Amino acid sequence: MKFGVIVFPGSNCDRDLVWVTQGILNQPTRLIWHEESDLSDIDIVVIPGGFSYGDYLRCGAIARFSPVMQSTIHHARAGKPVLGVCNGFQVLTEAGLLPGALVRNRNLNFICDRAPLRVERNDLFWTQGYEKGQVITIPIAHGEGSYYADATTLKELEDNEQVIFRYCDAQGNPSPESNPNGSLHNIAGICNRQGNVLGMMPHPERAADEALGCVDGMALFEGLLRAMPALA
Amino acid sequence: MTNTVVTQKYHAQIYVTLRPSVLDPAGTAVKSGLSHLGYTNVDQVRIGKYVEVTLTADDETAARQQLDRICDELLANPVIENYRFDLTSV
Repeated sequence: MKFGVIVFPGSNCDRDLVWVTQGILNQPTRLIWHEESDLSDIDIVVIPGGFSYGDYLRCGAIARFSPVMQSTIHHARAGKPVLGVCNGFQVLTEAGLLPGALVRNRNLNFICDRAPLRVERNDLFWTQGYEKGQVITIPIAHGEGSYYADATTLKELEDNEQVIFRYCDAQGNPSPESNPNGSLHNIAGICNRQGNVLGMMPHPERAADEALGCVDGMALFEGLLRAMPALA
Repeated sequence: MTNTVVTQKYHAQIYVTLRPSVLDPAGTAVKSGLSHLGYTNVDQVRIGKYVEVTLTADDETAARQQLDRICDELLANPVIENYRFDLTSV
């Protein structure tokens, strides 16, 4: 399985992702500059965290129009896997591949912390390495990670079980107190209706190396490898 | 007889504002600051963006149509924002 990690001017988590997919999991991985448009050799496109194009105008707003995003949109519409982490999630909403938007954190703080998340589904290739309802701890680092969507969209997301990760307390309750940024319905990560596009504010790649003290994110990448025959 | 293309230069003042249903924590923080300054009669502060664009177009209708597209496609995110603009010929 070949990973493609997109690099925008201002991306800063691209190397962390490559460290996991290539460095730890020994999977072929290619860094893809934003001006490239050929993704034909790539199985899984990953849009990393950072501040693409300086987050000018809105987070992810300019990145959406880059050549590589036009190809990523084709990749996603063909049913192939696309993962957006943090700024990558913002880019996916701006590109219309995922519904809603990420707005300024409720308390205005840039939050750099470890957040407990409840895994809402494990019947997708993204989360098959987890138990349904499992509480995992994944780092978050964002200033604009408050998930917003109108009431109709929220209802559709819940009805179609598109919420994949929810901020929760240690017992797995998605309480107001365990919501770090004001996200509606404590949403930390969602997928599209088809399930092949996942966007999440938490950083699984920062929780995949024993040296960092937490490996709760590794099951996401390992789950992808197990799904390889079907995806590649 | 010469066939000249007449284009006009326009100046647009574009206001992008958060939809009323979207919380504005930055506006709330500024309201709190105003309150500390003694402006306790300020009920609400909402922060938006102001963008100036100059462009050439055949006429005002064409300019307005293009600005609508520019705002819909990039300057505003319709999920969270509204926009309006004033247009003057320059």
